Amino acid sequence: MTGITLYDKLWNEHLVCVEPDGSALIYIDRQLVHEVTSPQAFEGLRLAGRKPWRISANLAVVDHNVPTTDRNLGIADAVSRLQVETLDSNCAEFGITEFGIADPRQGIVHVIGPEQGAILPGMTVVCGDSHTSTHGAFGALAFGIGTSEVEHVLATQCLVQRKAKNMLILVDGQTEQEVTAKDIALAIIGKIGTAGGTGYSIEFGGDAVRALSMEGRMTLCNMAIEGGARAGLVGVDETTIDYVRGRAFAPQGVAFEQAAAIWRELRSDADAAFDVVIEIDAATIKPQVTWGTSPEMTLPVNALVPDPEQESDPVKKESMARALLYMDLKPGAHITDIRIDKVFVGSCTNGRIEDLRAAAEIVRGKKKAASVKQVLIVPGSGLVKQQAEEEGLDRIFKDAGFEWRDPGCSMCLAMNADRLEPGERCASTSNRNFEGRQGYGGRTHLVSPAMAAAAAIYGHFVDISALAEKSPRAPTNPASSNGHQNKPKLHRRAKPSVAASAKPKPAAKSSEQTRQKQKSAGNTSASKPQQEKGRKKVETV
Amino acid sequence: MKPFRKIHSRVVPLDRANVDTDAIIPKQFLKSIRRTGFGPYLFDEWRYQDRGEPDMDCSNRPLNQDFVLNQPVYRNAEVLLARENFGCGSSREHAPWALADYGFRAIIAPSFADIFYNNCFKNGVLPIILDSVTVDRLFHECKPGYTLTVDLAEQSIVTHFGETIHFDIDPARKHRLLNGLDDIALTLRHAEAIKAYEAKRVSEAHWLFVDLK
Repeated sequence: MTGITLYDKLWNEHLVCVEPDGSALIYIDRQLVHEVTSPQAFEGLRLAGRKPWRISANLAVVDHNVPTTDRNLGIADAVSRLQVETLDSNCAEFGITEFGIADPRQGIVHVIGPEQGAILPGMTVVCGDSHTSTHGAFGALAFGIGTSEVEHVLATQCLVQRKAKNMLILVDGQTEQEVTAKDIALAIIGKIGTAGGTGYSIEFGGDAVRALSMEGRMTLCNMAIEGGARAGLVGVDETTIDYVRGRAFAPQGVAFEQAAAIWRELRSDADAAFDVVIEIDAATIKPQVTWGTSPEMTLPVNALVPDPEQESDPVKKESMARALLYMDLKPGAHITDIRIDKVFVGSCTNGRIEDLRAAAEIVRGKKKAASVKQVLIVPGSGLVKQQAEEEGLDRIFKDAGFEWRDPGCSMCLAMNADRLEPGERCASTSNRNFEGRQGYGGRTHLVSPAMAAAAAIYGHFVDISALAEKSPRAPTNPASSNGHQNKPKLHRRAKPSVAASAKPKPAAKSSEQTRQKQKSAGNTSASKPQQEKGRKKVETV
Repeated sequence: MKPFRKIHSRVVPLDRANVDTDAIIPKQFLKSIRRTGFGPYLFDEWRYQDRGEPDMDCSNRPLNQDFVLNQPVYRNAEVLLARENFGCGSSREHAPWALADYGFRAIIAPSFADIFYNNCFKNGVLPIILDSVTVDRLFHECKPGYTLTVDLAEQSIVTHFGETIHFDIDPARKHRLLNGLDDIALTLRHAEAIKAYEAKRVSEAHWLFVDLK
């Protein structure tokens, strides 16, 4: 008998019943709620005279519309303000816990959930936001839903679902030091395409995934949706357990150890059958830059802008030509010659402490290029911001001429005042480079935090691997998977207050040591299921 | 929800792959707290030459005459013909709300993004998946005046030239859409099963039920 995939285990465990027509009712453990996709759901409840099924399953936060500067002045845009106030009043009316704009725990929904321990291994997690896939990093089944389903979960704590197929993406070997989870994610999407994962749940495995911190795994799973998969997954190991330990809403003490024993089983069986297996050699992945208007339009930073004339598929050729026109790029140009106007570091993809540290490492002691109009550094949450300030990262950014902002979704999708103007070109650590995504007529290049920071300093994209050779630098902070050092001080259940002591972060170890440690911590046998039996299709990249 | 049974309509060919939900309805319109009124802003950045804002009167905005939706021959069409991976990107249900509010009832494409596909069914919009060769052929056939008949009960499309094309659809989704059923009421018929599941889970994994206060 073949083994079971992690996705199938999570599915089976949450099955409430199956309808005669074959559709399954799945129980939802946690719903995250934000202001943009919930007002119509609450209104639906009211109109039908329904109450939330289990109030404490929901955690709400305002993030998309909030200003990242001058918060004391309130939200200038009346329409945005109404949406934020509507979430406040809906949560008050229905008794749902909400981190309002003044709460120090406020931040991007996909940052604050894990930070608070509101996301635990083995959970089913939904949110009216496609980047809910982020939480699969915890061995949780997490996916984005529409507003009708937000209402459905509020009213019933369940969803009618169809089982997805199983895809395994194995990233084996070791990445170069400058290659981050963001580069791995973009390289994968470049390979499978933005529809490659449609209909699948993608489990990420292999040495390079095991070596990632929880922040890195969240970045990777966050981008699963950009590869078309509603859910991304990483099996549980000690990195996962260490991250969760001590978080506000996680079990404590003996209960934690009991839970952890169960969580350690949340991995695909060694002989689990996947519908598709894709293998990627980590050593071949280079720092990535997207050149077009879809996340699959990505290339290594040292590559040239592609030529649509070389593409044989007419639909793809047309898409490429349209993208180059929108991006105002010429085929054959060096990506490192692309000059940028603005830089955005933040978002649910790359707005965590490790991301800010990686950017700061590049920036330390340097100045923003004069040609760059604006660099926004937007922490993913109030607690990330506080942690970064305790580490002095804010000083590094401010000294370089960057703007140090308050937490929110900000210029990832420009629903607040942070946006590109028509024609402006941005190096962005966010997740989508669609036309107009960061502002009407704006041009987005997706990159890692280190690549964005380097672009801010040089005014154009640079190959940070080459940079490192020229001037050796300290490796980025390796402590992130070790749990405690990395946690913002306010994650305990205690009523939030202003931070306690500024504890200096531990001295950085060499990245080699870190890799060794993380490798041995991760369960390598589980990380690389021996799915020979179940393989239908194996691609080696 | 409005049931979907059978429609006979003109067809708008939108010949672009990977049409994302930011293109279908740009972010500034997501600030609305209502479910309706998104139709005038459907494909806003492609449809108009200026930058749209919520509650803007669209009747005097400069149109992009090249955009297919602005061509008079396609006015009042209820069927949208699209390319692969239609609706990729965000989970915003505002995308099917905008399409439905504009008047589209069915979308034909070789593939759809999962969340968008699912959202359509909640709003009386029928997403139809046909193989890419057939979709390509429909694009070639689809000249001004071209019409299609879509019959959900029969799972068929009858083309302008009388050809019948069968499409597949999940039987549960078909049943719900044909009858315009309330999904929540259907699920609540299983209230006892949900309670029993919860009771079992509380004993197995009590940490899932922590009070988030």
